[in-house]
Amino acid sequence: MSADLAGGAAGAPGAGADPARAAGYLEHPPRMGFFTDTSVCIGCKACEVACKEWNAVPEDGLLLTGMSYDNTQGLGASTWRHVAFIEKPADEAGDLRWLMSSDVCKHCTEAACLDVCPTGALMRTEFGTVVVQEDVCNGCGYCIPACPFGVIDQRRDDGRAWKCTLCYDRIGDGLEPACAKACPTDSIQFGPVDELRERAQLRVAELHDAGTEGARLYGADPADGVGGTGAFFLLLDEPEVYGLPPDPVVTTRDLPRIWRHVGVAAAGLAAAGLAACLGRRA
Amino acid sequence: MAECHPVGFQWVMEAKARGAKLIHVDPRFTRTSAVADVYVPLRAGSDITFVGALINYVLEQEKYFRDYVVNYTNAPVILTEDFADTEDLDGVFSGFDREHRTYDFRAWRYQGEEVAPASGARGRIAGTGGGQLGQVRRAARGEAHGSGGAAAHPEPDTDETLQHPRCVFQVLKRHFARYTPEMVEQVCGVPPDLFAKVCELVTANSGRERTTSFVYSLGWTQHTVGVQYIRTAAILQALLGNMGRPGGGILALRGHASIQGSTDIPTLFDLLPGYLPMPHAHGNEDLETYAHEESTDKGFWANTKTYMVSLLKAWWGDNATAERDFCYDYLPRLTGSHSTYETVVAQMDGICKGYFLFGQNPAVGSANARMQRLGLANLDWLVVRDMVLIESATWWKRGPEIETGEMRTEDIGTEVFFLPAAAHTEKAGSFTNTQRMLQWHHQAVPPAGDARSDLWFTYHLGRRIRARLAGPAGEMDRPVLDLTWDYPTVGPLAEPDADAVLAEVNGWDADGRPLSAFTQLKDDGSTACGCWIYCGVRAGGVNQAARRKPGREQSWVAPEWGWAWPANRRVLYNRASADTDGKPWSKRKELVWWDEEQGKWAGHDVPDFVADRPPSYRPPAGARGVAALSGIDPFIMQADGKAWLFAPAGLVDGPLPAHYEPQESPVPNLLYGQQHNPVREIIRHQEDRFQPSGDEPGAGVFPYVTTTYRLTEHHTAGGMSRFLPYLAELQPEFFCEVSPELAAERALEHLGWATIITARSAIEARVLITERMRPLTVQGRVLHQVGLPWHWGPEGYTTGDAANELSHLALDPNVHIQEVKAMACDVRAGRRPRGRALRDLVREYQQRAGITDATGTEV
Repeated sequence: MSADLAGGAAGAPGAGADPARAAGYLEHPPRMGFFTDTSVCIGCKACEVACKEWNAVPEDGLLLTGMSYDNTQGLGASTWRHVAFIEKPADEAGDLRWLMSSDVCKHCTEAACLDVCPTGALMRTEFGTVVVQEDVCNGCGYCIPACPFGVIDQRRDDGRAWKCTLCYDRIGDGLEPACAKACPTDSIQFGPVDELRERAQLRVAELHDAGTEGARLYGADPADGVGGTGAFFLLLDEPEVYGLPPDPVVTTRDLPRIWRHVGVAAAGLAAAGLAACLGRRA
Repeated sequence: MAECHPVGFQWVMEAKARGAKLIHVDPRFTRTSAVADVYVPLRAGSDITFVGALINYVLEQEKYFRDYVVNYTNAPVILTEDFADTEDLDGVFSGFDREHRTYDFRAWRYQGEEVAPASGARGRIAGTGGGQLGQVRRAARGEAHGSGGAAAHPEPDTDETLQHPRCVFQVLKRHFARYTPEMVEQVCGVPPDLFAKVCELVTANSGRERTTSFVYSLGWTQHTVGVQYIRTAAILQALLGNMGRPGGGILALRGHASIQGSTDIPTLFDLLPGYLPMPHAHGNEDLETYAHEESTDKGFWANTKTYMVSLLKAWWGDNATAERDFCYDYLPRLTGSHSTYETVVAQMDGICKGYFLFGQNPAVGSANARMQRLGLANLDWLVVRDMVLIESATWWKRGPEIETGEMRTEDIGTEVFFLPAAAHTEKAGSFTNTQRMLQWHHQAVPPAGDARSDLWFTYHLGRRIRARLAGPAGEMDRPVLDLTWDYPTVGPLAEPDADAVLAEVNGWDADGRPLSAFTQLKDDGSTACGCWIYCGVRAGGVNQAARRKPGREQSWVAPEWGWAWPANRRVLYNRASADTDGKPWSKRKELVWWDEEQGKWAGHDVPDFVADRPPSYRPPAGARGVAALSGIDPFIMQADGKAWLFAPAGLVDGPLPAHYEPQESPVPNLLYGQQHNPVREIIRHQEDRFQPSGDEPGAGVFPYVTTTYRLTEHHTAGGMSRFLPYLAELQPEFFCEVSPELAAERALEHLGWATIITARSAIEARVLITERMRPLTVQGRVLHQVGLPWHWGPEGYTTGDAANELSHLALDPNVHIQEVKAMACDVRAGRRPRGRALRDLVREYQQRAGITDATGTEV
């Protein structure tokens, strides 16, 4: 069970700031994550290929989608970095724009996939990242609908759930994740999440000064519905434009309240039953 | 650049982050355009008009860098009275021989001089330029000497006030006067306000304090006027004072990772290592004659003999003695142009009987792919070395001609050998990239199975041939038997030691000590050097190309990462970054400078100048060679030490660029009566029919412009990408890109099929409708462009038709490059016909357009 359910209402300060601590690590390295600055993405897809190479992720379909240069379509069990291409036609605001963005698992502070996993296959690492242990996963599929971003999925032939590991097997050895390493323009930046958030704020300010009004961060706010994400983004337009939910909420957020209501209803029912029995006797 | 060089493009993004402005000029809106500050859509094939109009703007508005222009270019030089410009002759220059389709460039010379052309015999300047001299000219001498060309007399007549009516500066002004913003709108389809913006940005960012850089790639070279495209940019950059300066210059992005290396140590028929010209059969009879004909009076090409003798010593070692003319006679000779397209015709004619393909896939990647395969089908034998079974190895059983029934496998007599090749990670060697930088790569793993490196193959093939030829040798065998061929081999596969080959390329002195600079080379046989411009790559016996000192541990020039030729200079002609007194034009843009105290040039980069020659030096009368270079002659490889705004020699199609329409164009030439490049090279063949252009009857049958290009996800002819699942899934099908307007006009559906047709063939592609392709207004009418990535062929994980089925063999006459960047086509909805019906469709189009064997071949 994730820390926020055990500890009380979602959004409790302790859980938000340090998910590794909340998961039980007494000593741990700083929380690590991604800052994906889409303003410098050139759509080369080196991230997609490097990820697959390193993690031996299989090719997952040859389909011309017609979605601009995006034939990958979305994150899934066998796509852990997905570059979106959005052609925004010219309008009163300006000329034609071609937005590009490398999407990835958000490694949420409040991770619903983690919350619902019955086997403990999904776990929080000492880096604050969320990882599926493939030798534990039993393929129940609960995590799939739990993710508010539609990231995690099951492999058809295999049954298990798979997603980005934030290259747990690299960062433990002092290397950066494969996608960050391969990215030629440093659109994908890896580092301590605190540092990345600071850097990202400066970058947004810089872009605003340069007249790029639409620049904004996505996932960097600890007060958002998932407690902020370990992998966050600089977008140049509304999240919906990129296929991202504008107001993601950890889907287990209401569970405590729901169970309380169930508890109250059950207690009420029990009381009514008791009253009825006692009343009859009296 | 972001599409094709994403890794190199990180430096453009870095410059952007530091405030640089990025202007992207391209017929299609690419991933580069997405991050550019200004995007300029223009008609494919119209860049000379665009850049020419920039030149006109600079001249009219007086935005040129005057001190630089007067002192470092040939702007003040006065031309011969005989010179007539395209202004005078409606689109051609003086010296034009219409019958033989050549120029006699004596008609372009400097006043009072005999200009020796870069090609051909100095002592043998024939009157009409036909026959032999024409042959010699067509032997692609444009590339030799790196085009700086051979002599002008070191002291031409000049007017430093730039007023004389026949000085280059005034000739330039007259020549470019018609390249106006209105012309840009009409010819290129670029609106005047957008063009004005580019003019302002470029000129505001050039001068003492700031420099502008131009970057181009195949969008400029693959035209019948490709070399002149680049000339136009060179003129502009010289006028703006951007050459030889940091952040300036013209960067040529090449087509693959080491193609720079393949022209430096050439795989080209007409060049020897270091851009020495390949000797010609009619001329260059012996070493002395060659040296005399191919040298310049002034500058570093005066040492042609030195470079040649050292090369011959590297190749024939102790056998290359002075008495034997250093074995000069062992070199093969040109009898004309033997470029790849002539070779294909020779194959079809049964003259060329054997063919080696090393990592090359002409059945998909060369123009007129069909003709390539017809040539292959007529060989006796074909050897293909590659990592996968590319189309050039399988055409005989699965090519398009098998599908149409034109060829039957059992009737094809070619014996095809396929030899698996090692990948770059499986062998040691060097890459030379577009910055002239050599980077060594080490073997990470041995190749699997029977795969072997090209070095292994070539060395052992040579070894076996020599073994067979051993014994009482005939004269014919001596060139092979007398070669130095004693490279050490390593490991169980007997892989030749690539470092030993590099050592030979670097060269050594008579005592076997490695050389460190080409200035150490001698013409007496005491030095050997496999490529004079690479001399120094193994200075001190250390593989300099293998150095990898991180950027943060050295200066911003980063000289200790790899090694750049020549002499590890990172910016060529960097003398031009300092003024006539040797002081940098500005502190901000300092690169090299004259250190009066030390009596030598110093700076951040290796100075590209005679180390101890002061700026004040003026050569005595009669000085020759390097001694003839003055202290203000930064362009040391040019015959007169100056940047050539006007090129009196070196290019076969004009001393100045002129806009000509592509071989196949839906519009007439608005600038001159001369429609096409009058001396473009045309391969006339029944399999290479050309389409009518402009106002000619039948041109309307092919009303759209089509251009070929690349995608980031695939690589060239697909051998290294279509066969890999991870890349194939990123771009899984061949598609064409069209605007919504063109789609409406031809009833094309997004993700549907389209058939694209030219006089050569018809192909089918999935349709991507995108606003990134936009209709242009050219000469008052709407013009559509069809975009075609050229990576596909019938083999691999992802298959599709090859765009090169459509292309033709009209070539740039200097370098024989095909014009695949601007063609004309028709588009129809739906899939193409199969079998015989495919050729029937092509024939129907040819008939409708009235195409004969003469169409498009006129001057």
